[in-house]
Amino acid sequence: MATQDEIKFLSNPSIGQHKTKYCRFKKFGLKYVDYKDDAFLTQFVNEQGKLLPRRITGTSLKYQRRVATAVKRARHLAILPYVTDLLKP
Amino acid sequence: MRHFEVSFIVDPVLSGDEVQSTAKAYCDMLSAEGAKIVHIDEMGLRQLAYPLNKRNTGLYYCVEFATESPTMIAKVELAMKRDDRILRFLTVKLDKYGIKYNEDKRAGKIGRKNRKEKPVEVVSRPAAAVPPPPPPPPPVVVPEIAASEEE
Repeated sequence: MATQDEIKFLSNPSIGQHKTKYCRFKKFGLKYVDYKDDAFLTQFVNEQGKLLPRRITGTSLKYQRRVATAVKRARHLAILPYVTDLLKP
Repeated sequence: MRHFEVSFIVDPVLSGDEVQSTAKAYCDMLSAEGAKIVHIDEMGLRQLAYPLNKRNTGLYYCVEFATESPTMIAKVELAMKRDDRILRFLTVKLDKYGIKYNEDKRAGKIGRKNRKEKPVEVVSRPAAAVPPPPPPPPPVVVPEIAASEEE
């Protein structure tokens, strides 16, 4: 039988909490998106190698455009795939 | 002077000397056309994300150069297109932030861009931590003394 101390929450308190999104380029002062840095660019694509929308990554419009260009350049140079499955493990 | 950056993938089937000479040939071609070579970055053998000309790996090179007459780039690109030792190439104009990024990268300030930023985030958080609690209020003895003095 669980004691009163063990029963703290009836529901998970982390559900429904709003975590504020931010633009990482503005926050850390990154001015240039390198198309050769595949580890960095994979943060902006999903498992199929598609670009993630701004509403998920929180990137500002200015840098979303640059990220999109960088990803497209990386795809041309076979640094990122055009189509795939399970890009991220 | 505008700065540009040309990245190309050399066929890995070639021997080491042939790869070196291919890369050098294009650097010489750029210099001959009046460009100033800023830096040659050999990124080495990398896995390709998808096969190119039935190759699964490629030797990546990235040459940064500055030139007054950008029309010469078309000549170099045409030569690369006709060359079957080059799997892919891409020429990009660098803005001022791109030039600075490359300088910082050469100076070793950016080892891995994203990993360098993460410690900064961790360090800044303890700084914004809760300030120490204010000292406890003075004891209640004081009003009593004041009251006794009034009497």
